[in-house]
Amino acid sequence: MGWFKRNKNKDSEGGSIKIVEGMWVKCPFCRAIIFKREIDRNLKVCLKCQYHFPMTVEERLELIADPDSFQEWDADLIPGDPLKFHDSQPYKARVEKAQQKTGKREAILTGKCQISGCAVALGIFDFSFMGGSMGSVVGEKICRAVDQAILERMPFLLITTSGGARMQEGTLSLMQMAKTASALAKLQEAKLPFIVLLTDPTFGGVTASVAMLGDLILAEPKALIGFAGPRVIEQTIKQRLPEGFQRAEFLLEHGMIDQIVERKTLKSRLRSLMVHCGTSVSA
Amino acid sequence: MREFLEFEKPLKELEERIAKLVKAKSKKASVQDAIVKHSEQLTKLEAEIFSNLTPWQRSQIARHPQRPSISDYVEHMTDEFQEMHGDRLFGDDQAIIGGFALWKDRSVMMIGHEKGKSLKERMRRNFGMAKPEGYRKALRLMKLAERCKRPVITFIDTPGAYPGIDAEQRGQSEAIARNLLEMARLQVPILAVVTGEGGSGGALALGVADRVFMLEHSIYSVISPEGCAAILWNDPSKASEAASALRMTAPELLKLKVIDEIIPEPLGGAHRDPVMMAKRLSETLETHIRELQTMKLPSLLKHREDKFRSMGVWSTAKTPVTQMKAVTAS
Repeated sequence: MGWFKRNKNKDSEGGSIKIVEGMWVKCPFCRAIIFKREIDRNLKVCLKCQYHFPMTVEERLELIADPDSFQEWDADLIPGDPLKFHDSQPYKARVEKAQQKTGKREAILTGKCQISGCAVALGIFDFSFMGGSMGSVVGEKICRAVDQAILERMPFLLITTSGGARMQEGTLSLMQMAKTASALAKLQEAKLPFIVLLTDPTFGGVTASVAMLGDLILAEPKALIGFAGPRVIEQTIKQRLPEGFQRAEFLLEHGMIDQIVERKTLKSRLRSLMVHCGTSVSA
Repeated sequence: MREFLEFEKPLKELEERIAKLVKAKSKKASVQDAIVKHSEQLTKLEAEIFSNLTPWQRSQIARHPQRPSISDYVEHMTDEFQEMHGDRLFGDDQAIIGGFALWKDRSVMMIGHEKGKSLKERMRRNFGMAKPEGYRKALRLMKLAERCKRPVITFIDTPGAYPGIDAEQRGQSEAIARNLLEMARLQVPILAVVTGEGGSGGALALGVADRVFMLEHSIYSVISPEGCAAILWNDPSKASEAASALRMTAPELLKLKVIDEIIPEPLGGAHRDPVMMAKRLSETLETHIRELQTMKLPSLLKHREDKFRSMGVWSTAKTPVTQMKAVTAS
């Protein structure tokens, strides 16, 4: 949701340093200015502090899926506008804008692929589409992916990044939390593993439903993960938040996740974990 | 003392005028006439105001400081209540109450948010904002009800789950998520009533049920109107617009099939006559619990699953994918 909105003009307004568009990037964690190509070559990981920059859905897929193994599901689902929601612009217009900007129809990609020979049902949230917010389509696509996982006896892997439930669909988006949790209950009963990879940032209704229900929960280093956004908490308790609060390392320390996994080892980790959970490997 | 809301001001003035006349203890016919006349006017005006409530006014009633809560319903509906405490893991969250109740000669498990009424009690109850231990206590009691084959009745009234450092440390998200999953497959009937404020995930954590009801003036939303206004309008004072846009009232949510039935409130809101409200609530619950208890377990669970599975609005795109960048795998 909106508490992640960054002020895009912040840097250009000061006018002191003019950075050539797209050549350099500033690490949001250690503030180092790094040559973009270097970061891209390093799986979008900061060379100084190991902060894992956000990856696009395509980059994530390329990172873990065996070449040509991905098959997309339900790519044609589009949201309705049950509330006829209108703030500064109508919800419909917002969705269309997001579709044009991203070339996607919704905030999650689902399908199946092979990870080092292990067949897996997969969902990858897309933060660039309305902050990865979960509305009716995201909820439905997750449920259908779980159904398919049960049908084909595959594990389900979900890679999350989201601001939470999609406000513009009101209480119906809140209900997606119950809907997806109910689907995951069936996956458990089918004795199939559910693996979650939390990436930066994962918040709100997505954390409080699918993201925290993994049998195994992994997270990328320094990813910000929580229920309430840091600003909401600060406003409520009227205190500054401690250093490292809601980072992946904080969650690990408090027993909320199993492992923090670096990108370079992610694919082999996933394969190994799936094999331990009983997934068979094809040649 | 009756507390009046902002939009009830005309009622307050009338009521004060009547009180003054009554206090005068005059036996004069003109004074007696005036009392009768004003009283009639008051009833008429009240009926008028309450039949044209805006969503924002409704949310003010839903959050009324004297709004009846689980404690009141337990008092007026049940013959016995055995409160249970603690989650066996960390503590006993005062923002959620739960226990076995004897209701209409039945043993049931009643669980709900408690905001508290006096300021002191409100502080103790954390204004009805539960922490993980609250949701875990609720889940423990639901599992107990499952083992004893007792139906579960939940009363929802919370601004939301508590957003604080300790709540995050102890896994607020996990606690809510776990409740959603376990309630989806709990092997006894569950009935949920939104009695006041159904605030987001903190409300839903008690809301995955076979039947979901809302009191006439209660609200149920993904975010508070103030929160929504701050994020989307960049202006918290736009809360009344957000309240309309979010479609958070009982009639709207019945239309969207999020809830099953609306329970009418006494004129002026549930707090005007908690006994009558409890009676109506009891009757509605009775009808539905009878229905649910005739269902075989697999069918009960299948209905619950289908109910939530069908929620949401989506369709299949008609425009060809070629108009957009195709998603390609490596």
